[in-house]
Amino acid sequence: MAVLVLAEHDNKSLKAATLNTIAAAIKLSGDVDVLVAGEGCAEVAARVAALQGVKRVLVVDNAAYGDQAAEPLAKLVVSLAANYSHLLGPSSSYGKNTMPRVAALLDVAQISDIVGVVSEDTFVRPIYAGNALATVVSSDAKKVITVRSTAFDPVADGASAAVENAAAADAAKKSDLVGRELTKSERPELGAAKVVVSGGRGLGSGESFKSIMEPLADKLGAAIGASRAAVDAGFVSNDCQVGQTGKIVAPQLYIAVGMSGAIQHLAGMKDSKVIVAINKDPDAPIFQVADYGLVADLFEAVPQLTASL
Amino acid sequence: MKVLVPVKRVVDYNVKVRVKADETDVDLANVKMSMNPFDEIAVEEAVRLKEKGIVSEVVAVSCGPAACQDTLRSAMAMGADRGILVESDGELQPLAVAKLLKAVCEKEGPSLLICGKQAIDDDSNQTGQMLAALMDWPQATFASKVELAADKVTVTREIDGGLETLAMALPAVVTTDLRLNEPRYATLPNIMKAKKKPLDTIAADTLGVDIAPRLKTIKVSEPPKRAGGVKVADVADLLNKLRNEAKVI
Ligand SMILES: Cc1cc2nc3c(=O)[nH]c(=O)nc-3n(C[C@H](O)[C@H](O)[C@H](O)COP(=O)(O)OP(=O)(O)OC[C@H]3O[C@@H](n4cnc5c(N)ncnc54)[C@H](O)[C@@H]3O)c2cc1C
Ligand SMILES: Cc1cc2nc3c(=O)[nH]c(=O)nc-3n(C[C@H](O)[C@H](O)[C@H](O)COP(=O)(O)OP(=O)(O)OC[C@H]3O[C@@H](n4cnc5c(N)ncnc54)[C@H](O)[C@@H]3O)c2cc1C
Repeated sequence: MAVLVLAEHDNKSLKAATLNTIAAAIKLSGDVDVLVAGEGCAEVAARVAALQGVKRVLVVDNAAYGDQAAEPLAKLVVSLAANYSHLLGPSSSYGKNTMPRVAALLDVAQISDIVGVVSEDTFVRPIYAGNALATVVSSDAKKVITVRSTAFDPVADGASAAVENAAAADAAKKSDLVGRELTKSERPELGAAKVVVSGGRGLGSGESFKSIMEPLADKLGAAIGASRAAVDAGFVSNDCQVGQTGKIVAPQLYIAVGMSGAIQHLAGMKDSKVIVAINKDPDAPIFQVADYGLVADLFEAVPQLTASL
Repeated sequence: MKVLVPVKRVVDYNVKVRVKADETDVDLANVKMSMNPFDEIAVEEAVRLKEKGIVSEVVAVSCGPAACQDTLRSAMAMGADRGILVESDGELQPLAVAKLLKAVCEKEGPSLLICGKQAIDDDSNQTGQMLAALMDWPQATFASKVELAADKVTVTREIDGGLETLAMALPAVVTTDLRLNEPRYATLPNIMKAKKKPLDTIAADTLGVDIAPRLKTIKVSEPPKRAGGVKVADVADLLNKLRNEAKVI
């Protein structure tokens, strides 16, 4: 029984969620291969080969996979599926875009966003915004799975797996990439950061989000998150949204500033090790999950905190 | 041009669901049900495309028990022209819904299908992508902007690193994200009008597709609860606790 993991990358660097996905794969089998499909992605393949627990790296270097479109990628994974009992991808926008297509082409269910492996066919996944955990058994011959990265510790470096080229499949493109506007940031990836400072509607404007939250993030070497309300209001870009329908994070320290703590937001951060909330309303629901709550005006408390770090 | 919009009946997003004591499921007795919020965004987008004159007909489809008629009426009150209920009383998993929607697509021949990116009950985030694969159509998931022309659709997607724009030939599948639009509230006259719009029912088992569940839920449990924390007096107290008690900075 071998497992194939779909690596997420941008042809240059490997995305951190891949390390957690490999960790979940290791719980299923000692025989874990990783597929690196892209264009000019040799560096990524070398990086994957150094990860512990990887047996083989399959590289498909072809222009068709350069922009990571779901249609050709799904067909490629399906073309390799015969050798594997489980096909895993990260539960990121990339994995969510591709893996259901793989499952449908194989005529199997997808098991979304798993947080636990019970056995080869039994998995735990959150439902209803994390208010319940379902244990599900799959009766399909092959299991197609997406993995919630915060639930599995990333694998470490220190190995050297074989790197092999694999053949491209039906690579017909179904869409054209018009362009990308990627947020450029020196900060750590939100999903993998040790510290996240996150702002809500209470910040009032994009300017104050910047002037209040960024210095705090700089001091702590933190990633910046936000509530949906802050993103909808245009204070920060969409990729900062934490929650049921945004990113799921579980850092060592999560500092929630000026946000009420709606269940949809809590779904994305309540597995953080330590939660701090700063809110002027003593009854805000965020205080029910916060380890340390500070009832204060954020415009005074946060600059004071930043200054004392 | 015809647009198909699948709409799902789910527990209202304001309801905090509870796990049943016997851990077999969540307790859904007497809870408020509504249209999945992402599907409201999908209906809104389709209706706006119709109001712009690019789309001629908006058809809402729901798969599930007879009660899904309410969801279809809500879609029609927002402006969908007609509804199709694919009726089934059993559990429908995303692959099954995708197969049923495929059968409906083959009958209706839409140029575009707009569905929600995820249903807020099961949070699967699969159905649109599965349907696109079964139809061998292109897909653009997590849309925050949709520009439709006669023969192509250009979609801006919310991805982990920012935004991405794709151009696709039709027919295609688009799944909606939160920032695509703000759905309208149905007005009373439109709710009344919706009652008279056509609603067809098709029995799922007449469509000749395998809708048996592939996943069996054996247990539904409560996630570990966070112990309530403490309130700190001021910033100095907070820093002290983070440094010396939690040791996270
Ligand atoms: C389908 C759906 C999906 C959703 N998905 C998500 C999701 O993924 N993530 C998400 O975050 N939300 C999501 N939401 C939205 C969610 O329900 C809430 O509306 C949102 O999280 C509220 O954001 P907020 O806490 O910033 O704003 P509010 O609820 O308005 O809270 C603002 C808080 O700031 C405090 N405040 C104001 N001024 C100050 C000050 N000067 N100093 C200190 N405190 C101050 C107030 O006391 C208040 O508690 C979703 C909703 C729906 C319907
Ligand atoms: C009678 C019944 C019993 C059920 N019992 C269980 C159970 O015991 N355990 C369990 O886990 N789940 C149960 N379900 C839920 C079922 O598993 C989900 O409908 C299925 O998993 C779909 O997942 P999702 O909606 O999260 O898909 P997603 O892929 O997240 O949905 C994305 C989008 O697809 C479209 N869509 C999805 N479903 C429908 C639909 N039915 N009609 C029209 N459009 C749709 C919508 O546009 C939606 O926004 C039951 C459902 C029914 C009707």
